[in-house]
Amino acid sequence: MNAFDWAFALEILPRLLDAALTTILIAVSGFGIAVVLGLFLALGRRSRHRWLAWPTGALVEFIRSTPLLIQLYVVFYVLPNYGLSLTALQAGILGIALHYACYTAEVYRAGLDAVPRAQWEAVTALNLAPLAAYRDVILPQALRPILPALGNYLISILKDTPVLSAITVVEIMQRAKNIGSETFRYLEPITMVGLFFLILSLGLAWLVRRLENRLETAR
Amino acid sequence: MTTLSTHTATPADTPQDAPMVAFRGVTKRYGELTVLDHLDLQVAEGEKVAIIGPSGSGKSTLLRVLMTLETIDDGVIEVDGQPLTHMPDANGSLVPASARYQRGVRGMVGMVFQSFNLFPHMTVRQNVTEAPIRVLGLRKAEARQRAEELLAMVGLEDKLEHYPAQLSGGQQQRVAIARALAMRPKVMLFDEVTSALDPELCGEVLNVIRRLGDAHNLTMLMVTHQMGFAREFADRVCFFNEGQIHEQGTPDELFGNPQRERTQAFLSAVNEAH
Ligand SMILES: Nc1ncnc2c1ncn2[C@@H]1O[C@H](COP(=O)(O)OP(=O)(O)OP(=O)(O)O)[C@@H](O)[C@H]1O
Ligand SMILES: [Mg+2]
Repeated sequence: MNAFDWAFALEILPRLLDAALTTILIAVSGFGIAVVLGLFLALGRRSRHRWLAWPTGALVEFIRSTPLLIQLYVVFYVLPNYGLSLTALQAGILGIALHYACYTAEVYRAGLDAVPRAQWEAVTALNLAPLAAYRDVILPQALRPILPALGNYLISILKDTPVLSAITVVEIMQRAKNIGSETFRYLEPITMVGLFFLILSLGLAWLVRRLENRLETAR
Repeated sequence: MTTLSTHTATPADTPQDAPMVAFRGVTKRYGELTVLDHLDLQVAEGEKVAIIGPSGSGKSTLLRVLMTLETIDDGVIEVDGQPLTHMPDANGSLVPASARYQRGVRGMVGMVFQSFNLFPHMTVRQNVTEAPIRVLGLRKAEARQRAEELLAMVGLEDKLEHYPAQLSGGQQQRVAIARALAMRPKVMLFDEVTSALDPELCGEVLNVIRRLGDAHNLTMLMVTHQMGFAREFADRVCFFNEGQIHEQGTPDELFGNPQRERTQAFLSAVNEAH
């Protein structure tokens, strides 16, 4: 009973892989949105205009200080009361993207703060408008050192995707639990899910480290 | 050697003898510390003014407020007759300048920094073409041609595709001068532009500035610790002390026959150090 049943594992593999695609979809699209949104949150927070900087800062701190699970509940179960109905998958992607945007915003902020003040002075002396200043001068310098940190958030998002099962998204972990309750065998599906996360996380971590090394040597 | 017109002709409505730069009662404070104290200074078009004085006397601050890198607490700064930090409203009274208005006036001023402040991720060519393309709206080809002319003038026509990190300090500073000139300013500010350089690299930068002085009707304000260069190059030398112009005159007057005790003490201290 307790031995790993290879035949059973092979039998459930297609169902697990199918759900794995959902997990990867959530992680990649959630990360994609978080990376873009986080940049805007960081820029908003740095704005000279208080009416923009203050609410942005408050939002970022609020989201960073509350659990992802609660935010997912709000997006999926509460927002429909205000007219925004999303599928579970959409709500899950939106929730995880918003959550992690607030973390990537802090990474961007660190990167932006690390650009020397002298660069801003050169930008002012050349009369560059804020858009061109950020796009051509400040961001390229701010981004390079933080790319690895951003990459690490892709790994974090991946490992947080099982939380979405709480709002009925059938990602790989939920599929494993379903298989378990249908067949009363948990050993194989849970082990396989663990391996799935392990392999993907290690692979991504390796890519991030390679990126880090390339940035080092390119200096 | 290419000749370059640094700016367009003075508009007809500006009187010929109106100053290119005017500080009127300008005060700048950092908290308790008054760095510029009701400062008055007028610089004529094409005039070369050297600013000397002890450390902390407000020399850099003078240039920085003119470049709008710092705000001022009182007074008015005018460039070519236009107020820099304020603008006239519909009734003709002065109100704080909008960002847009300020960008217009600031465009007449260029600055070169002690630490060069080149954009490290851009080539020399990109450093020089970036602002003319983005701010002046030059076409790429025009901007490149302007960059090539200016880089030839500073003797770096063979370094167009280099990155700043591949250049010596003196070469970087010459690129920075070309980058500022590419915006065709009427007023150029130099803040100790040779202080970060080894002595043997100073000469090449000073030579470029010297040539600028000859070739262009460019107004220059230059903070420097190099008394020899100030004496030879400037039309007027201002000695700064405690946020005010303590004494000023032609180089011969100020260096040859300083009137005030503080000036004499400073100059003899500088002479001893050399
Ligand atoms: N951002 C700032 N905050 C507070 N104090 C400042 C700031 N910038 C400059 N100061 C102070 O203002 C005074 C004048 O500074 P400034 O840089 O204009 O002097 P300086 O004449 O250029 O001196 P140096 O020859 O050393 O470059 C100094 O006492 C300096 O410490
Ligand atoms: Mg200084």
